[in-house]
Amino acid sequence: MDNNRRNFIKIAGITALLGIGTGVPFSVSAYRPEEDKYLENKKSINGKRFGMVIDTRKFQTEEDFERVIKACHDAHNVPENLPDPKQEIKWIWKDEFKHVFPSKPNPYLAEKVKHREFLLLCNHCNNPPCVRVCPTKATFQREDGIVAMDYHRCIGCRYCMAGCPFGSRSFNFMDPAPYVDVEAQNPDYPTRMRGVVEKCNFCVERLQEGKQPACVEASNGAIMFGDLADPESEIRKVLKENYTIRRKEELGTNPSVFYIV
Amino acid sequence: MYDGGKILIGLIIFILLCTFPFWYNLGSAAYEAPELQLPENEQECVQPTSWMRVNHMDLLDTWRDEVVRFDKSDYKSSTLDQKVEISLQNTCMDCHDNKEKFCDRCHNTASVNPYCWDCHVAPEEVGDGQ
Repeated sequence: MDNNRRNFIKIAGITALLGIGTGVPFSVSAYRPEEDKYLENKKSINGKRFGMVIDTRKFQTEEDFERVIKACHDAHNVPENLPDPKQEIKWIWKDEFKHVFPSKPNPYLAEKVKHREFLLLCNHCNNPPCVRVCPTKATFQREDGIVAMDYHRCIGCRYCMAGCPFGSRSFNFMDPAPYVDVEAQNPDYPTRMRGVVEKCNFCVERLQEGKQPACVEASNGAIMFGDLADPESEIRKVLKENYTIRRKEELGTNPSVFYIV
Repeated sequence: MYDGGKILIGLIIFILLCTFPFWYNLGSAAYEAPELQLPENEQECVQPTSWMRVNHMDLLDTWRDEVVRFDKSDYKSSTLDQKVEISLQNTCMDCHDNKEKFCDRCHNTASVNPYCWDCHVAPEEVGDGQ
């Protein structure tokens, strides 16, 4: 066969057609996620910036705390009683004033506040440092202001734990499943695996069903949850009527959890 | 052709290496599609069965992102009339309630190891402390 331009162009043309001809049917039948359709969820609780008010005066006895903490841990299969207390997984826990509000030192603090314990959880900051430092976008801020985790994408680098000034994030040093309370396990919610970071998620899965967060429901009115961006909301009314403080405000993370003392 | 013999020998060796999987498995039992336990009470999945067989992994990936990141919880199925809650644990496994006889059979035969069950709780595992 003569090697001339005419033949070369012919062969090249036929080859290109063959390639396109075999490729097109495959790409036509391929799954295109952007064509999926979703329906509006009419049950869900929506907002622009979710926040919480904790009335610490109403948490008096050990039982008040235990009830709320247990509700959260049971709803999210949070492991308890890990062999090494340093590796504990914290979603919601308690501590005393000088540790919770270290930037408000006061040697002559009122006795009742000094010895009071405070309920702690992720502050779902409006300017979350954990989101800024996450290299994989495994943690991110949702449109409703909730700082959420995608455990599928977490690589366990723990930058977010270094970034969070509130100690709200815990790393799974071991497989947490054996330490989840079998009796109380919630079969509708997943556990986590070794090597991911976890934290409070403001009960996004419950908001989707139109329910209040588990801790709010168990608190007998001591915790308020609502949309801070809506001036007409119940939570804004409570904030208007009560003097509230937030943890480490001076760091500029703009926490969304408020404490009535 | 210069060195024709050497080139031919090289070509034969090359073709033999490339087709190794085919002649190595000659005579061994042919592939059999694993028998799956299908839900008894339901006839239709959220998409046609043939589509699901090919695309379920991509659909699950999409679902995960949509529900975790974009707060979309109700999927519009092309086969079912009602809305479908986006959830592996609560929707898929509601019908396909036996992981070993549904998921694992195919995955084991095809030698794929998805890590869904490192975190998600399979139906029969509830209460086993797993």
